[in-house]
Amino acid sequence: MLRKIIDKIKPSFERGARFGFLHSTFEAFESFAFVPNKTTQSGAHIRDCNDLKRVMTVVIIALMPALFFGCWNIGYQHAHTFGVEMTFGAMWLYGFLRVLPVIIVSYAVGLGIEFTAAQLRGHEVNEGFLVTGMLIPLVMPVGVPLWMVGLATAFAVIIGKEIFGGTGMNIFNPALLARAFIFFSYPSQISGDRVWVAGLQSPSAVDVTTGATPLAEVATGGIDRLPSVADLFFGFIPGSIGETSTLAVLIGAVILIYTGVASWKIMFSCVVGLIATGVLLNLVAVNPYMAMPPYYHLLMGGFAFGAVFMATDPVTAAQTEVGKWLYGFLIGALTVLIRVFNEGYPEGMMLAILLMNAFAPLIDHYAVALHIRRRLQRSAVLHKNELL
Amino acid sequence: MSNVIRIRKGLTLSLRGKAEKVVSKLPAAAYALKPGDFPYLTPRLTVGEGDAVLAGTPLFTDKYRPEIRYASPVSGTVSAIVRGDKRRLLEVVVTPSAEQEYVTHDAMDVAALSREAIIGRLLESGAWPFIRQRPFGMVADPADTPKAIFISGFDSAPLAPDTDFTLTGEAIAFQKGIDVLRRLTDKVYLCLNDETAATSIFHKITGVTKKVFRGPHPAGNVGVQIHHISPINKGEKVWTIDPQHIVAIGRLALRGVYDVSKVVALAGPSVKRPRYFRTIAGAALSGIAGYVDMSGSRRYISGNVLTGANVGADGYLGFYDNSITVIPEGDTCEFLGWANPLRLHRYSVSRSYLSWMFPRREYAPDANMNGGVRAFVVSGAYEKVLPMDILPVYLLKAILAGDIDRMEQLGIYEVVEEDFALCEFVCPSKIPVQDIIRKGIALMVNEQLNNNTCYAR
Repeated sequence: MLRKIIDKIKPSFERGARFGFLHSTFEAFESFAFVPNKTTQSGAHIRDCNDLKRVMTVVIIALMPALFFGCWNIGYQHAHTFGVEMTFGAMWLYGFLRVLPVIIVSYAVGLGIEFTAAQLRGHEVNEGFLVTGMLIPLVMPVGVPLWMVGLATAFAVIIGKEIFGGTGMNIFNPALLARAFIFFSYPSQISGDRVWVAGLQSPSAVDVTTGATPLAEVATGGIDRLPSVADLFFGFIPGSIGETSTLAVLIGAVILIYTGVASWKIMFSCVVGLIATGVLLNLVAVNPYMAMPPYYHLLMGGFAFGAVFMATDPVTAAQTEVGKWLYGFLIGALTVLIRVFNEGYPEGMMLAILLMNAFAPLIDHYAVALHIRRRLQRSAVLHKNELL
Repeated sequence: MSNVIRIRKGLTLSLRGKAEKVVSKLPAAAYALKPGDFPYLTPRLTVGEGDAVLAGTPLFTDKYRPEIRYASPVSGTVSAIVRGDKRRLLEVVVTPSAEQEYVTHDAMDVAALSREAIIGRLLESGAWPFIRQRPFGMVADPADTPKAIFISGFDSAPLAPDTDFTLTGEAIAFQKGIDVLRRLTDKVYLCLNDETAATSIFHKITGVTKKVFRGPHPAGNVGVQIHHISPINKGEKVWTIDPQHIVAIGRLALRGVYDVSKVVALAGPSVKRPRYFRTIAGAALSGIAGYVDMSGSRRYISGNVLTGANVGADGYLGFYDNSITVIPEGDTCEFLGWANPLRLHRYSVSRSYLSWMFPRREYAPDANMNGGVRAFVVSGAYEKVLPMDILPVYLLKAILAGDIDRMEQLGIYEVVEEDFALCEFVCPSKIPVQDIIRKGIALMVNEQLNNNTCYAR
């Protein structure tokens, strides 16, 4: 049925036909509905049924626990802060209605630019933004104005991705770039204690006091006001929409590792780097933040979310297997260093990942150089043996 | 066995339509020799349409190495010379005579002949193209002395023929072939499969160094075996040869004839009665029609599903191929296929579909791409199926950039297309990996042609 309609209108979208300028867009929708009938023309005659659409779908599925928890937590934080009685369903719905517009704006702006760019280049539309479009809302504070989300998404997709050649060619993780863009462009509107809880943005809410994230608390010396470890782990705390619950993120991590979509090496070495640096700081602690037990770092802020969903972005991470260990370790280490020693900006994870995105090609360069040297040594040894 | 070489990376695909161990005769109305089976060959035709030929009469020679002759597999009449674009020679087709007649050579007294004389006999008889060289997988240069000759005694590819079975009754010819090869180099390695090594026909073969491999495909690829025994460095050359071609060399030494009859497997999900056939290299596939399930469109592959050539129902068995695989074309659309959580009928090495919960004993794949070509995104997938100390993605990128120094450093000398076939199979971005490797090797071959004076004569 749908197939018949597609087959009927397909000719008018061929290159050079009436709607030829919409070729990429048509192709994207067609391949969305149907796995194309394209067969192998060279090389291996049979192919694994895994494709990029499926890979991206798995990541989206892995993000769902964080999204669902995030929706509920928004309602919970709102009720908690304003002292309102709400049922579980009401909290979830309240949060969902706050999140939905952000998701819509993110996808509309991002996909619009992706389709246009693919159209201009005459390429097929890549699936990369399916994930980016979901990541962007999840790393935003709930109080973010929608126009900022749109602007940040546009910046991330155009400057972060398309000018490098699109999906697969970018240096920085686009979702993190969107968040960095907002935080550096609109620091006054988007940081502080006001944006993290829904409802706190309106002027009438000035008399409500709390709303600071745990990271902001410790950065301002309020280490004794930290929530309990359980609250941090389950995520009953203010924070970005999808980042607060370490548990929800862990469920996602299990999905990603089990399906083999994301690198467990990066996730694991991120944690190792974080703990190692945390312990090191404990040993030389001169202030309460340095003396804080390292496992708090695991639970606070965007670390878990970043380690699982952002650091493992295969395009912007190190691509050599050796490089992945170092890349992850340094992200963990830098996160702690930035959090503890940078008073101006409490969230270290975002900056750590972006910084390591920039260094990933360098790590790979040395990993490849090492590999080549080993290969050369192999031949040198061989020649020596033959002479003997 | 204690000195088993374990291959840990790779993937053994279990597909429907494995050949039953029954040998039938394959009637073929025509036989073809295809220059395309010999990479980087520029052929010079030595026969015309209508010429009568014997089995062993050269049909064409190598333009740049005219001593290398490519011989007719059967006696008969040259019925067609098929050319493609720019008059490129595609096929020389021979219609067989009722009775097979051979060009006769003297039997070889292997011990008494010099190395040069043996090479001369192989060249003269048309048997030389059996021997291929690494790097690059092209027909060996008779002027070289390789550091070793490698023979893979088993084929681990999906639906591949059982080498022990195809060599049944050929032990004497095989041993004779080995004796000939021993005169060409000091070291002949015969690589065996751990599971069958003790019972194999190769067990009693002498004059070779046996190495035993255990692990998934591509453990049976000779390139992987070379890599684990004595990897190829810049400037080194090794030769490789298929066991059935060793038998043919043995026949040449024993009886003085160019006899390329062999046993090939007919397999695949579209085959009704998968089995083995005794036939001759270059046989027309039209003879298998009765064995193929004719519903829907099918793809006829000379070779296996990972590396073979799509030759069509009217095509011919390739020179180096020991199997014919027929699979459904799969040129249909699948509604929301990528979103289907289960997709039980399709195989994926990843666990992104829930089909891993319901593993099938055998899958029946088709030739659908299962997705569109995309930019390279997922990292680490190739590494899991390439059991070599090579960084696949960086080698591919060096090839795409045409950076010859980098290609050398990253191992282009050690690989041919088939070694990367599994990378191509698993790639979620559907990147044409084997094509890229082929381009890289072509680049290297051209570079050497330009630098090498021996080719300029």
